[in-house]
Amino acid sequence: MAQANTRVLPGYRLSISFTLVYLSVLVIIPLGACVITAAQLSWDQFRAAVWTERARAAYALTFGAALLAAAISAVVGLLVAWVLVRYEFPGKRVFDALVDLPFALPTAVAGLVFSNLYVANGWLGQFLVPLGIEGSYSRLAIVLVLVFIGFPFVVRTLQPVLEALDAEAEEAAALLGASRWQTFRRVILPALMPGLLTGFALAFARGLGEYGSVVFVSGNMPLKTEIAAFLIVSRLEEGRPNSYREATAIATVLLVASFLMLIVINRLEARSRRG
Amino acid sequence: MTTPAAIPDLLPTAPGAGGAGAPTRQSPIANRKSQDPLWVRVTLTALALGCMTVLVIVPVVSVFYEALSDGLGTYWKTLTADPDTRHSVLLTLTVAPLAVLCNLVFGVAAAWAITRFRFRGRTLLVTLIDVPFSVSPVVAGLMFVILFGLQGFFGPWLRANGLQVLFTVPGLVLATTFVTLPFVARELIPVMEAIGPDEELAALSLGASGRQIFWRVTLPNIKWGLLYGIILCNARAMGEFGAVYVVSGRVAGETCTMPLQVEMLFNEFNTPGAFALASVLTMLAVVTLLLKVWVEGRKKQDSPQRHESHTKEHKEE
Repeated sequence: MAQANTRVLPGYRLSISFTLVYLSVLVIIPLGACVITAAQLSWDQFRAAVWTERARAAYALTFGAALLAAAISAVVGLLVAWVLVRYEFPGKRVFDALVDLPFALPTAVAGLVFSNLYVANGWLGQFLVPLGIEGSYSRLAIVLVLVFIGFPFVVRTLQPVLEALDAEAEEAAALLGASRWQTFRRVILPALMPGLLTGFALAFARGLGEYGSVVFVSGNMPLKTEIAAFLIVSRLEEGRPNSYREATAIATVLLVASFLMLIVINRLEARSRRG
Repeated sequence: MTTPAAIPDLLPTAPGAGGAGAPTRQSPIANRKSQDPLWVRVTLTALALGCMTVLVIVPVVSVFYEALSDGLGTYWKTLTADPDTRHSVLLTLTVAPLAVLCNLVFGVAAAWAITRFRFRGRTLLVTLIDVPFSVSPVVAGLMFVILFGLQGFFGPWLRANGLQVLFTVPGLVLATTFVTLPFVARELIPVMEAIGPDEELAALSLGASGRQIFWRVTLPNIKWGLLYGIILCNARAMGEFGAVYVVSGRVAGETCTMPLQVEMLFNEFNTPGAFALASVLTMLAVVTLLLKVWVEGRKKQDSPQRHESHTKEHKEE
């Protein structure tokens, strides 16, 4: 990158000051306000707010559902990316474009549809509910809708990696007598791992904060199907003098979790770029 | 990677431009394909298409099926008769473009600063732009409640001056802008990084002013990347739920955007109304996808070698 080390081009002051002011107003000040508000609570108040039985159940569900959904997304995403890159079939370009639909579809629509599909008389629920699979107003419903939202991240991070894979390594493995499965496990999968992990982490991070779709499908029962984001909203709406500080305290816990994820994702992306 | 026959519309000038990478990449692909036995290929393809069908196709089809189940006439009436629904459409068409416009200006400025100059804290700035992606939309909304709510930092001052941000259009725009902040910048930074400053430096040495450099050199080079960012930003802005849910107060006919109105109707057990409005949002999503595919094609056609290694999104083939 032999770029302008000396600031020859015009507009440095203008663009950098606009960028900094914009980011301060929209990102830094609001985030700071959130942390300051949480810090106004004493340690005991903070602990009482973030560590109630209801809050613990909400964290467990949020993390558990996001983790499970990201794992399923990784498998489904790998499968879809593999088929889209390696095989030919009619309608391939349409399927490829459709992978982006969950990015483009408002989450509220996803929630509305999923809540309707898996109820007892829904299109898919009529087959699943008799088998005891409750895909609506349950924890499973949350996982399902998070897979819908998460799997495109995995497909889109893996596709370029799969396309750039060195064919010679595979051919060499085959020539040396490796079976196709051995080649996949020992040669292809290790090369895909950084991309797969990045996609997994992106899906997980998105699942942690997801609200719009989950609110429709889960039923939002405290201790059972209530996620952390919903708990924040209900605390906020309680309107007790301290309730919005408690909401902020729970939000801070979520914020810390998402920043940890951001760091992990950045590390993974840097590593996959180097690899 | 399809046979050339499948992509003639995308690469009409293929010999000169697209030909550079194609021949070297096609033969190994052909070899690889022969490596998986037929039954593996068929099984995996069937599994993948099955997953896609259950996860994506069935839901989309069912939106339109539910919306149109009582006929087109009823559908149209459900959609247009309710004043709150009509208002929500107008509100979304106000809020989303405003948020996109803010982030468009920001994206261009940030990409210019980051890709054309070296300064301390540059990497930190790039990370900071990504922050809204990893903040839960509900938390984003909450941040603005903390700032502008009655008990919040600026609440008392706003009240004393007769101003209100929460539960108003500016509040909705603010929350939507935060959530969609990274889209344009994230799209432009790799594009401008790949193009490099050479053409702009040449223009400068020929005596072009800053404005001329931007409009005549930079903008033509980045226009497809820019459009791509705008499309993604707009789709997310129109569909944003969590953040606007918190700052809007959800007053039907006043601060309910389309997604919020869908939830409102759903909670009132007005399923036909909810699905009718959801079908409009789904159509917008499908239009977004079509535009996206088109722009991706144009982007590659314009400069196939430039963007190849940088675009994080998928390639067309």
